[in-house]
Amino acid sequence: MIEGIAIEHFLVVSTLMFFTGICGFIIRRNLITMLMSVELILNSVNINFLVFNRYLYPDQLQGHFFSLFIVGIAAAEASVAIALIINIYRNLQNIDVENVSEMKY
Amino acid sequence: MSLSVFMFYMLSGIILTFSVLSITTRRILRAAVYLLIVLIATSGFYFLLNYEFMAAVQLTLYAGGIVVLIIFSILLTHHISHRFNRPNLVNLLMGIGVAVIGSGLVLTTLLTHPFMANNAPVLSVDMTAIGNQLLSTDKNGYVLPFELISILLLASMIAAIIVAKKDKNKNSEI
Repeated sequence: MIEGIAIEHFLVVSTLMFFTGICGFIIRRNLITMLMSVELILNSVNINFLVFNRYLYPDQLQGHFFSLFIVGIAAAEASVAIALIINIYRNLQNIDVENVSEMKY
Repeated sequence: MSLSVFMFYMLSGIILTFSVLSITTRRILRAAVYLLIVLIATSGFYFLLNYEFMAAVQLTLYAGGIVVLIIFSILLTHHISHRFNRPNLVNLLMGIGVAVIGSGLVLTTLLTHPFMANNAPVLSVDMTAIGNQLLSTDKNGYVLPFELISILLLASMIAAIIVAKKDKNKNSEI
């Protein structure tokens, strides 16, 4: 643990960051900005894993590996999502979520 | 106030300010740059926690890889001086309401829960320990998810190429 910083301080920061991401996910109507909100959410979860690892179980590495795998999966998710977004743009000429309803119903 | 405490408050200020800015700005390229600043400040958190390898991964994969990918896709799909319309009021109120209620719930739970700080001997997180544990098949080994994620990355790479590939027949019409 770090002298002078309690575990709650880190957790408060990551909580606020998580709900900022959720707020952005609801407010934004553009696919790329929604993807960026998802990245914010994933990042705040990563902070939580590492902080719990450092403060509560400093003799193990579980949280470290979990956040390592989360970063890898986030990279895969971002690449597939951006490929889809580019394909949607090619078909519809814009990437607002309201217009992506062709495969609905 | 020691240096690490000062660094903690500075980094958390940067993270909170720029994450709010990145979801409220009306220019999409600025939103991407604010996201980049948030990710770099997060890697500062990891340095503060003494996880140097994780901080390096954060800098190269997130701040280097994903943000560059996002910026490229912005340049492919938007005009550079494009501005968003303001979000409609229902969405705005719903988003802020969900954020306020949710963070209130989580924060009250967090601040009332007694966390037992563990004083076990700190494991030094160097590359040898990480590599050994990542590729071991023992009790705390992570070789199975390691192999799984390699297959996942290969599959997503092929999927991304196939999805984003230009259809040759369609190309002639445009």
